Amino acid sequence: MVPLNKMSTHTTVRIKMNMVRTWVLLAFLLACRASLLVAQENTDCLACHNDKSLSGTKNGKAISVFVDEKKFGGSTHAKLACIDCHADLAGKELPHSEELASVDCGKCHSEEQELHAKSLHGKAIARGDVLAPHCKECHGTHEIYSAKDSRSSVSPLKVPYTCGKCHQEGSVVQKQRTIHQENIIENFSESIHGEGLLRKGLIVAPNCATCHTPHSILPHTDPASSIARKNIAKTCTKCHAQIELVHRKVIKGELWEKEAHTLPACIDCHQPHKIRKVFYDQGMADRDCLRCHENKDINAKNDGRSLFVQVDDLNHSRHAKTACSQCHADVNASRVRACETIQKKVDCTSCHAEVGQNFQKSIHGSLLAKNDSNAPNCKECHGSHKILGKADQSSPTFATNVPALCARCHREGKKAAVRYTGDQHGIIEHYAESIHGKGLMKSGLTVTAMCTNCHTAHSVLPRKDEASSVNPKNLPQTCGKCHSGIEQQFEKSIHSTLVNKTDKPLPVCNDCHSAHTIRRADENAFKLDIMTKCGRCHEEISKTYFDTYHGKVSQLGYTKTAKCYDCHGAHDILRVSDPKSHLSRDNVVGTCQKCHAGATRKFAGYLTHATHHDPNKYPILFWVFWGMTGLLVVTFTISGIHTLLWLPRALKMKRDKRKKLSLPAETPSEEDKKEELSGDKK
Amino acid sequence: MEPVVENNNEKQYQRFTRLNRLLHIVMIVCFLSLASTGMTLKFAYTSWAVFLSHLFGGFESAGYIHRVAATTMICLFIIHITDLVRRKRREYGTWRALLLGPDSMVFNKKDLRDLIGNFKWFIGRGPRPDYGRWTYWEKFDYFAVFWGMIVIGSTGLMLWFPEFFTLLLPGWLINVATIIHSDEALLATGFIFTVHFFNTHFRPEKFPMDLVVFTGRMTLEELKEDKPLEYEALVRNGDLEKHLVEPYPEIVVRVIRIFGWTALTIGVSMILLIIYAMVFAYQ
Repeated sequence: MVPLNKMSTHTTVRIKMNMVRTWVLLAFLLACRASLLVAQENTDCLACHNDKSLSGTKNGKAISVFVDEKKFGGSTHAKLACIDCHADLAGKELPHSEELASVDCGKCHSEEQELHAKSLHGKAIARGDVLAPHCKECHGTHEIYSAKDSRSSVSPLKVPYTCGKCHQEGSVVQKQRTIHQENIIENFSESIHGEGLLRKGLIVAPNCATCHTPHSILPHTDPASSIARKNIAKTCTKCHAQIELVHRKVIKGELWEKEAHTLPACIDCHQPHKIRKVFYDQGMADRDCLRCHENKDINAKNDGRSLFVQVDDLNHSRHAKTACSQCHADVNASRVRACETIQKKVDCTSCHAEVGQNFQKSIHGSLLAKNDSNAPNCKECHGSHKILGKADQSSPTFATNVPALCARCHREGKKAAVRYTGDQHGIIEHYAESIHGKGLMKSGLTVTAMCTNCHTAHSVLPRKDEASSVNPKNLPQTCGKCHSGIEQQFEKSIHSTLVNKTDKPLPVCNDCHSAHTIRRADENAFKLDIMTKCGRCHEEISKTYFDTYHGKVSQLGYTKTAKCYDCHGAHDILRVSDPKSHLSRDNVVGTCQKCHAGATRKFAGYLTHATHHDPNKYPILFWVFWGMTGLLVVTFTISGIHTLLWLPRALKMKRDKRKKLSLPAETPSEEDKKEELSGDKK
Repeated sequence: MEPVVENNNEKQYQRFTRLNRLLHIVMIVCFLSLASTGMTLKFAYTSWAVFLSHLFGGFESAGYIHRVAATTMICLFIIHITDLVRRKRREYGTWRALLLGPDSMVFNKKDLRDLIGNFKWFIGRGPRPDYGRWTYWEKFDYFAVFWGMIVIGSTGLMLWFPEFFTLLLPGWLINVATIIHSDEALLATGFIFTVHFFNTHFRPEKFPMDLVVFTGRMTLEELKEDKPLEYEALVRNGDLEKHLVEPYPEIVVRVIRIFGWTALTIGVSMILLIIYAMVFAYQ
């Protein structure tokens, strides 16, 4: 400290001024009090209420109305008059006989009162819940001290006990009201926070009110709550400032508060009330678990399944740094066998919350929720202790292994395939033969689409579900993830629901490209198949296409001729009347010129879908066709009659000639005579 | 068949000139090529068409064959016309003499009489008419081909060079050309492979085929029987001797017969395929 004599004059002047101010203030306060002192002094009240045996009634019940003068004298309200709080006594004759109304702390503490009224506790009071705490339940009545005062029931060290009055294990509130957490006080006292506060007396360690706030206690489901998922980070960082620096491995720091809803919240890893820095080392270390589970012969008591844990697997897995107890929660460090308290199966969603949410909505998840024995859980695909990332080649979720993984259930005859009622069959075999399958399995292109690229990994839903990635509504986006540009083209096309507001079903990717048998679009088989694909909806127009040269050449199995998409476009197909269409007046000649270099506007007048069967649309063709057909019919009829009449006559002529040759001496028959006669005539 | 064998060493009457025979052979080859390649497109919906198209080496190769044959046929047509002009100059002097003379291919009143007479003979109401150098059905065959060449040839050119033709003509005429080309071709093949085949080859007197168009020769006996008026005229004018030639040696006849059989077989099979396509597989 700086000795007084060395203090600068400036400092001494300031101290003097402060003292003057304090005195003026005190004088003012005393002047205000003077008027009240006249009527009802505290001593008047205490004259009676000093008596320890003094009793009164409250709601018909006898209660002690003793006021400890000493304690009151030491409380924060010592300088207040009794009637300041018990306002209904002001100006009344003393001693009074009537029951006093409840004290309204809000007269002075209006802010706190307001917060409390909105809180869980306040609302419970409003509902008339008899267990709901009023001010006095936590703060006391006449012995109210500042929270900083160690005697106060709301001082940091006392808070757990104050809250514990209602929230400890086995309390009425805990039993009769819906409180989501169990063993709150027990867990808190064992947690790093509880230990710091209660055992080490570190009053800066958080107590209940630090996280839950003193007056605005709200359920975690309330978005305004300090423990709401999106606020929890803010609440924790009140003390753990810059905690994100040590969580870099888990998440990107800046996302912590910005995208709290997508990230694990503090409590996902550090369970509320159980928070511990080195939780696992104190009797919960992996090595404690492995003491038993390293043993190959260890089996479950109930169903005899092996409980052996291959440590190597675990150490090379993604969870190498995750402690056993982090997944196998419910462990209790205070037990000899910490795991004996485990009730629930491993819940991966405590860390993988978003994935878990997606999974629950998926067909796999919903079946699992129904306890369907066929439904896969996390383990089924990811394994248990040997979980590897999808980037690891030996992981079952590595791109090239995924088809085999899904095939376990979805191969024909397997459990998922037999209950499937849709129209996709031989999925795995077809996929392997498809362009995607070949790219992935044969060429090893891990970027090639495989099962989860289209169906998603965790949000797998049947095609009919509107939320499904393969629902017709969403398919263009799904395919567009890789086929960039195509989706944009498609979305502007007449086939897109964004453009075409018809109620007829519109095609999406798979209607032309198929789902699992998808082929390269430059393969002949695909090119030739496309006509029947278009023809499924455009029945008439595809039939007439086959009446033209283009159609006939493709019918013969050749692709070097105009097919639907050559003229109409593939993904950017538009109504012919659309100016942007390949077949609009401005574009059609150019479209023809793609193949017919010398095409002119007149050339483009060729009727590419002409049919001679429609007299209304193509009268000329119709009549030309029937004219030609008439010519054929007439020609063949006349010549046919000519031939058919000729044949028997000619046969007879030949027979007669033979007779004549074999019997030259015989007299000529009647007919021969006739013939001779006619010959003579001529 | 029999007369040829029997009168092996007798002189025969030469009915067709060397050029005409050659043209007919080339015509057969071209016609069969055109028909078979063209049919693959017309009946593209049948499996035989797909097979044939691949056999020809694809639609482009088939188209190539079609166009080569078509060009050859056009040349053949021009040669025939040139030959006619030459013969007019050398043998007839005027077009009138060529077109209206007794040996003309042009229909005349006698053909109408012959047609009526022939129908009467068919139903047993009269004798078989006596024919001259050309019977009316031979003339019809000739003009059918003549007409067909012009119609099919012109529409074929339109389909071959649509860019050129649409410089002036509207695009839909290409559609019209397609219909005409295709149906006229159907008429031509249908007619040749049934009516012409019967009239000249399959009718009982000539069955299974008449080789005269290949050898150019027929026996006098056949001439007397088939074309009595021509024979009489030749005898009357004393021209018969001029037209008598030595028959072809057996080996040449055999080669010719193999060729004829091949052409006939192809023609008949094509008719069967067309009937199958039109009756059983029509789309």
